[in-house]
Amino acid sequence: MGELSLDHFVVLGALLFSIGLFCVLTRRNAIGILMGIELILNSANVNYVAFARYTDSPYDGQVFSIFVIMLAAAEAAIGLAIVLAIYQGFESIEVEATDRLRG
Amino acid sequence: MTITAVFYFLAAFTVASALAVVFTTNVVHSALALMGALLGVASVFVLLGADFVGIVQLLVYVGGILVLTLFAVMLTSRTDVRVSNRAVGRFPAAVLSLGIFAALARAGTQATWAERPLTKLTPSTYGVGNAFLTDYILPFEVASLVLLVALIGAVVVSRKEVRD
Repeated sequence: MGELSLDHFVVLGALLFSIGLFCVLTRRNAIGILMGIELILNSANVNYVAFARYTDSPYDGQVFSIFVIMLAAAEAAIGLAIVLAIYQGFESIEVEATDRLRG
Repeated sequence: MTITAVFYFLAAFTVASALAVVFTTNVVHSALALMGALLGVASVFVLLGADFVGIVQLLVYVGGILVLTLFAVMLTSRTDVRVSNRAVGRFPAAVLSLGIFAALARAGTQATWAERPLTKLTPSTYGVGNAFLTDYILPFEVASLVLLVALIGAVVVSRKEVRD
């Protein structure tokens, strides 16, 4: 693959993780926070697939990245359902407004 | 040489889209930028020879999760959509994120990984399917159960509460 080494992909994963972390820390909209979590999960997947390519177990990393995608789907379904339930109780999905457990 | 150029193009596209997710103030624009980032990651998977994972990423993330996110955005939009995605505390968050990025990048590039010489790229579907149905059969079944529970849970959590 030419001069392209594992380091390139590790740095790309680190960059995506930092951006996702920044998103989770700064957003005040619950859906925006979920988007940040998706970015973080994708950064983990980049690492899994890159290590699968550059080490001698070609499929283990790919299988793990598919598990991560599966759980991300479950997480998105549950997370967005919770967001809808919060909206029904609070008429808002800003996380600062939701300071009570009982809506 | 050319593959390196392709990687830098894809990485720049992905990172630019991810930054757009973080910095736009409209939550619909955030969702569309997230689609760009997910497409970029899917292309990186294909570049790494994981064609099956790339297609799964397209189907599940771009076709499923993103549409679900857009539905949630539209079902919960009451305020002005142009300022629907506020952000606060950017400076400390930026310091923390950049610090973690520096640590991760340094650790990732300084370490000596047990890299093997690259093998020839082959279609990965056969190998991934084999791994799922032999070594990973139990996690595979548990994951299907988790998905079932998650979907039923999503229905239960998001339905309108009826009080009598």
